[in-house]
Amino acid sequence: MKVLLPEILEMLWEVWEQNPGAEVYTGGTDLLVKLREGVTWPPALICLERINALRQIWEEEDTVVIGAGTPHTALIRHPLIQVEFPVLVEALKVLGSPPIRNMGTLGGNIATASPAGDSLPALYVLNAEIVLTDAKGSRTLPIHEFITGPGQTGLGPREIITGIRLKKTAPYTVSRYEKVGKRKAMAIAVASLATCLRLSPDGRIESARLAWGSAGPAIVTSPEIETAMSGQPLTPELLRGLIPAVEREVSPIDDIRATAVYRRKVAANLFLRLSGISEGGASA
Amino acid sequence: MKISFTLNGKPVSCDLPSNRRVVDVLREDLGLMGTKEACGTGECGACTILVDGIPRLSCLMLAAQLEGRDVTTIEGLSKSGETLHPIQQAFVEAGAVQCGFCTPGMVLATTHLLSENPRPTREEIREALSGNICRCTGYQKIVDAVELAAEKLTEKGETA
Ligand SMILES: Cc1cc2nc3c(=O)[nH]c(=O)nc-3n(C[C@H](O)[C@H](O)[C@H](O)COP(=O)(O)OP(=O)(O)OC[C@H]3O[C@@H](n4cnc5c(N)ncnc54)[C@H](O)[C@@H]3O)c2cc1C
Ligand code: FES
Ligand code: FES
Repeated sequence: MKVLLPEILEMLWEVWEQNPGAEVYTGGTDLLVKLREGVTWPPALICLERINALRQIWEEEDTVVIGAGTPHTALIRHPLIQVEFPVLVEALKVLGSPPIRNMGTLGGNIATASPAGDSLPALYVLNAEIVLTDAKGSRTLPIHEFITGPGQTGLGPREIITGIRLKKTAPYTVSRYEKVGKRKAMAIAVASLATCLRLSPDGRIESARLAWGSAGPAIVTSPEIETAMSGQPLTPELLRGLIPAVEREVSPIDDIRATAVYRRKVAANLFLRLSGISEGGASA
Repeated sequence: MKISFTLNGKPVSCDLPSNRRVVDVLREDLGLMGTKEACGTGECGACTILVDGIPRLSCLMLAAQLEGRDVTTIEGLSKSGETLHPIQQAFVEAGAVQCGFCTPGMVLATTHLLSENPRPTREEIREALSGNICRCTGYQKIVDAVELAAEKLTEKGETA
């Protein structure tokens, strides 16, 4: 198995044409584990880490475009991402460990499409759009259309993710990501919740965006709960009243890390904890 | 495949299968046994090396990715190659080494931490070393060692 390292996209299409069965990788923190487990053994690998165009972050009017090959550490430290999308920064801070965040990339986390992928709830809350590119050109899909199931995406043959588009919005009062895992570093989530809330000065919820991870075969969002929250004061009573809705919306599974019953309970408890947030509390 | 990179300050060039894991290149092809392998899947940090100064896991990197890079392993940390680097010395003095299997990874992760943050808090030290597992020491003495190393280096006016 040979490993190829194209430095520009044009070279990528060329080497992929010559090695049609090749798989791509960037940080390798998912793919090389799969190779070791023998889950996949392609005739060739193409590493995207040297393609500079995939590591840029830039603004286009009201949108920030993140190159898919940007490592998590670079995103966590980027001033524009910190200011505009704190919920993403909170999520990436608890993804893996420092060396995993130095190697692993946003594009790799999205393409892996694990229901436990830590960037995903934040990207759903932010209505991320995924830019897909092949030798012929680019197309853009909302993230919830791109991810079609656990480990399943709408990636076409010889197509890669080149960028992630995030629209800047009026700032949220609260941006946070909380995950419950078995230990602090490197724990794959048992359940997680990304939340963005805009509160009025008197503590009413003007708008709410919520997304649960590891709580079903896909990331769970709920327009019903978001609508029920809007206009209401953020109180324990409000949240308690919505617990039946949370339990209805999530559809977790049993696996080696936790049972479905426990996951449902954790998903509900993460939601209840939102009442502990005071105005301005970014990540309590 | 011919691969050229800088290893512990010296240029090297070798003919390697491009899909060979970097940890195997270092240990088996180049005879540098300081880099350890325990889990082989990114969980433990024993195989940590610095690539262009940044900690990466050599069990999750393939030989082709070394091309043109500047790699530091534990063998290259002490410039003289004879006396220990102040960080290594601090690990010895603080009693942070028992079996020693995690130590090269811990020391390299510390090197990077102190290069960015010369006087970290204990909490910052724990966070920076959270990708490195030690089954012997219970971590307290490792955190002590990093504090001691920070003191030694700032006293000398050196950076890691
Ligand atoms: C010890 C350990 C702990 C981890 N902890 C967590 C955790 O807590 N939370 C979490 O979410 N994940 C975790 N992960 C998984 C992994 O680190 C992340 O998913 C990471 O973001 C993957 O990025 P990568 O660049 O390394 O992906 P790679 O391994 O390079 O690629 C992963 C997959 O994505 C595809 N791919 C990569 N880049 C692109 C692209 N630009 N376009 C199209 N396809 C692409 C590859 O073909 C491959 O199928 C962990 C992994 C390890 C080894
Ligand atoms: S051997 Fe590489 S992280 Fe454990
Ligand atoms: S000293 Fe034995 S693993 Fe850390």
